[in-house]
Amino acid sequence: MSTQVPETQETEESEAETETESVPVAQQRRQQRKADRRERVEERERERTEEEAASDENRYHLKVFRYDPEVEGKQEPRFDEFHVPYHKGMTVLDALMYARDHFDSSLTFRHSCRQAICGSDAMFVNGRQRLCCKTQLSDLEEPVRVEPLPHQEVVKDLVVDMEHFYDQMEAVEPFFQTNDLPDGELDEQRQTRENREKVKMSTRCIWCGACMSSCNIAAGDNEYLGPAAINKAYRFAMDEREGSDMKEHRLRILEQEHGVWRCQTQFSCTEVCPKDIPLTAHIQELKREAVKNNLKFW
Amino acid sequence: MSQSYNRGLVEDFGRWREFSAGMWAWIFHKFTGWVLVGYLFTHIAVLSTALTTPQAYTDTIQMLEMQPIVRILEVGLLAVAVFHILNGLRLLLVDLGVGLEAQDKSFYASLVLTGAIVVASIPTFVAGAF
Ligand code: SF4
Ligand code: FES
Repeated sequence: MSTQVPETQETEESEAETETESVPVAQQRRQQRKADRRERVEERERERTEEEAASDENRYHLKVFRYDPEVEGKQEPRFDEFHVPYHKGMTVLDALMYARDHFDSSLTFRHSCRQAICGSDAMFVNGRQRLCCKTQLSDLEEPVRVEPLPHQEVVKDLVVDMEHFYDQMEAVEPFFQTNDLPDGELDEQRQTRENREKVKMSTRCIWCGACMSSCNIAAGDNEYLGPAAINKAYRFAMDEREGSDMKEHRLRILEQEHGVWRCQTQFSCTEVCPKDIPLTAHIQELKREAVKNNLKFW
Repeated sequence: MSQSYNRGLVEDFGRWREFSAGMWAWIFHKFTGWVLVGYLFTHIAVLSTALTTPQAYTDTIQMLEMQPIVRILEVGLLAVAVFHILNGLRLLLVDLGVGLEAQDKSFYASLVLTGAIVVASIPTFVAGAF
């Protein structure tokens, strides 16, 4: 810190010199701006170190699952402890990133958007599937236990193999398709407000896999489509623009042996979904749709 | 990615502490269901072997009802049956899509009601056995 003070003096001096030599005004201004900026950076630096010193007592205790089949010493899974300095508003993801950047650069986990949109950082935190970037440290009890999602194969540290989840998602044809086209070639395909409202929640899935991991039916039956995939199917099956042929087709996929009927209403998916999608309600509605579709007397 | 570590079943069952209402309801429903199935078969087996004469039937029933342990098991049977019925009603509502947001409350309600009914029935069940 002490070295920074003379530095600023120096720049001031050089500025004074340039002033006496009457350099163009624009250049003066530029130099002034630079000096300002330097000061601001220093200010921030000072604040940060102060903060860190202050938060020395205010550290969060993390226990993080470690495993790496490719490294000799890590083949046996274990928990590593990290003490991460806390700042207000810190999420579990922030803490993990701090641990990775400051303590152990080999700590591996997925993340991208940091705002609950990309769905890549669902993990098992303190005994529950949570989205790390959406979970405040202050809401959790210490030590905060971070593990990879259960019921999925661990590739390394907190990274699990999502391939099976994506396969299930793709199995329900998660895209809009219709043969119920409007007459005119340039006509728009309109959706009523009520219909949009109906599928609204189901469109919010971010493919994080938390629901699938929390469901122990999905854990026991690998072929079960799982809550996320069924919700995805709901989004399109309930969309009026797809027409009745498509709906039939979708229901046929859903009412297979490992489709909607596997759900035994444990509600664990609904409980963990970071997007608050009423998954169980959607699955139940599709069950009723499937029955109606087969009985056809109403 | 050649191999990956599978955490196995032991860990799954160690997670019961983190279960929420819906999961407990599911576990209890399964458990009580199996108990009832078991009871039904014993019930049929015991009574059908006692059907030789009217006297044999009476003897069997009396022999069973004399034992305190049977009386206590009967209370347990009632508890299991009542919970299974009430939670069955809850599941019926869930299947009809009624009150899905209150599913945890209806689970607690069926637990409390089961408890109340069982406690109220204890005097009748154990009368004369002890
Ligand atoms: S339904 Fe919810 S929990 Fe499941 S993948 Fe989508 S966002 Fe994640
Ligand atoms: S980092 Fe994108 S959802 Fe958490």
